[in-house]
Amino acid sequence: MLAKVRAAALLGLEAYPIDVEVDVGGGLPAFAIVGLPDTAVQEAKERVRAAIRNSNYELPSRKITVNLAPADIKKEGPVFDLPMAVGILAATEQIRPQGLGGTLLLGELSLDGAIRPVSGMLSIALAAKAMRLHTLIVPERNAGEAGLVEGITALPAASLLQVVRHLEGLDLIAPHVRPARVPTEPAYDVDFTDIRGQQHARRALEIAAAGGHNLLMVGPPGAGKTMLARRLPTILPALDWDEALDVTRIYSAAGTHLNGGLPALARPFRSPHHTTSSAALIGGGPVPKPGEVTLAHHGVLFLDELPEFHRDVLEVLRQPLEDGFITVARVQSTLTFPARFMLIAAMNPCPCGYHGDGRRECLCTPPQIARYLQRVSGPLLDRIDLHLEVPRVLSQDLLAQTPGEPSAAIRDRVAAARARQHDRFGRGSACNALMSPRQARRQCQLGEEEREFLRSAIERLSLSARAYDRILRIARTIADLDGRDVALAHLAEAIQYRVFDRPLRLVG
Amino acid sequence: MLSRRLPGPAEELTLEDSAYPAVLREIADPPEPLYVRGTLDEQDRAAVAVVGARRASAYGLAVAEWLGRELVRHRVTVVSGMARGIDGAAHRGALMAGGRTIAVLGCGPDVIYPAEHEDLMGQIIDSGAVVTEFPPGTPPLPHHFPQRNRIISGLSLGVVVVEGRERSGASVTADFALDQGREVFAVPGSIFGETSYLPHRLLQEGATPVTTVDDILTELRLPQRVDQIPVLVPALDGVEAIVFALLDFDPQHIDALAERSALPVAEVGRALLVLELRGLVRTLAGQRYARCAK
Repeated sequence: MLAKVRAAALLGLEAYPIDVEVDVGGGLPAFAIVGLPDTAVQEAKERVRAAIRNSNYELPSRKITVNLAPADIKKEGPVFDLPMAVGILAATEQIRPQGLGGTLLLGELSLDGAIRPVSGMLSIALAAKAMRLHTLIVPERNAGEAGLVEGITALPAASLLQVVRHLEGLDLIAPHVRPARVPTEPAYDVDFTDIRGQQHARRALEIAAAGGHNLLMVGPPGAGKTMLARRLPTILPALDWDEALDVTRIYSAAGTHLNGGLPALARPFRSPHHTTSSAALIGGGPVPKPGEVTLAHHGVLFLDELPEFHRDVLEVLRQPLEDGFITVARVQSTLTFPARFMLIAAMNPCPCGYHGDGRRECLCTPPQIARYLQRVSGPLLDRIDLHLEVPRVLSQDLLAQTPGEPSAAIRDRVAAARARQHDRFGRGSACNALMSPRQARRQCQLGEEEREFLRSAIERLSLSARAYDRILRIARTIADLDGRDVALAHLAEAIQYRVFDRPLRLVG
Repeated sequence: MLSRRLPGPAEELTLEDSAYPAVLREIADPPEPLYVRGTLDEQDRAAVAVVGARRASAYGLAVAEWLGRELVRHRVTVVSGMARGIDGAAHRGALMAGGRTIAVLGCGPDVIYPAEHEDLMGQIIDSGAVVTEFPPGTPPLPHHFPQRNRIISGLSLGVVVVEGRERSGASVTADFALDQGREVFAVPGSIFGETSYLPHRLLQEGATPVTTVDDILTELRLPQRVDQIPVLVPALDGVEAIVFALLDFDPQHIDALAERSALPVAEVGRALLVLELRGLVRTLAGQRYARCAK
């Protein structure tokens, strides 16, 4: 006898429908799974066998064939355990399920028949909606995620037995109820009040947040670069509903359940170590999982010790920095993951770390420093608008200074500046960092005096040619924080954040 | 070691050549031949050496640059070793004021050492001379430098030591100067700074302290002939004046300046940039700012 159960599988961030077909017939007793299953799917046999027995049903000694259709795509993971078990029970006529055609089932089984959570439930629920399947039986811990999708009824199931009783119409599972109002105020466990002093760095981070500019921090060990970077998400505007769903979906696909299945509220902060591989950064595996750049989508990607990263690892950052997404090519398919993040990088000023510290002597020679700095030159540096030198704070300063301004106050100013950019660009590419050089020139109408000032500054400070457009972009953001048109003062401040265009300044 | 080259003709002067510097002929072991790139001038008879540490403090660099500038304003040629730190700053100061300067190398006349002084070397050849006793292509080996120091003092009427640690090349130059009967000057520094060791020891041993350029001119009986070079008269107002008043020769971080001035850091930053563009402020690595020479 034949049974068919509907399920879905994840490919990248998208889910696609899978039919789990079970045939039980004559022949030598066997249990075969076909349809390109991976090891985790193959091992489902043992889990399903035990779960069925421990739910007081039996696995008959006949030839059982399970087909996962379409059969030409590789299947992975334990998500098909529940549909297989239900299919076997139906095919052996131990149960008489109703409405199986209109219900999507997913879940990993424990040996005792309990249902464990799976990855990517939000993507699957979205796909189910597109498939016009409106009822989902999902693991209890995934119900919140699945319920986020409008028009989907998520039925949280704790065990195989509960699912069977529901399908037989004996004991219906109560649908998951979406909380009336999801809180929108993000809660971060760090705040800018924790940072004493560092006025210059605070200002630079505010500008970076306001314009979405990438930022490079240069400073000795112990200057607080990591501490500053960690607080950048706290001054970015709160995620809107769509962004929150995007982030939740990515983390769900990566197998991390943030916020107990509710949409993410905090902007992500990712800090991969410098020994990380390019596959970990862009997403890897036979069926690719989201990498660090995607996990940082709508948030912050922090690269500490930038010169220590392998060149080819940094190379893969070019596409996401340019386009806001990353393409991962595999033999079977080419996947695209979203990856629009703010890059914040940190490095020492020289190999020993103390150049320009003023209190501890640096033992590096100018050529050593120049070589060290050159390790980050080129295409990546080209995508970084702001360069910032961060000093060490003396311990007496830490005691003397009053707590810094809280993140919420800075976030309000950032939001106001972002609102001005929304008005200017419409939605879409709504921040100054994404302006092309032509746009930047159009948005910064300079008077004769301003033009002359900029020209003489570039000449006197021997700034490189590419500095010009970057200065305009930063000046535009500073002016947005001010709520005014670009003026001389904004240009003068913007030039401060281009230290890498002034090689002598960093080396000498 | 592969060194970068700055190709170009070098003249070979023997002791018999009339162009051979007269003062150098007097010393115990004058170099022969002397390779010269650029020109040696009659005016170079009035020459003073400014030497000191490679890893110098910001104060030392400011002093060396200022001395270079002040000396050439009185038409005194500045002699130094074209090394990193004090030497380079002294040459730059002299070039900035449009004066003459001579660099004595520890390598061949076509070898650029240190490599980052390529531009500086070209400028020195254009407005003075690069001299050495080592033939073209000679690499800058460590034992060359003490040896070339006798030429630095030999070309000069006096040697000003700006900064130096306990075992410093500048102390070798000072010893040669005494042997050759040249005056030794020293610039006082902070008693806490390790680069102040050498100048302070020399002062204790009887070197002439330098607090103004007149101290040098008077001791060497050189005439005061101030050339008219544009002097930086800061006409400042508002934030720029406040920030300028807070600046010192010791570099301060922008946050410290913002706190002392009680102004927003953004405004202080703008003022510092304007001051820098006007040549009144020197910016150093680590967002630190110091006043340019007095």
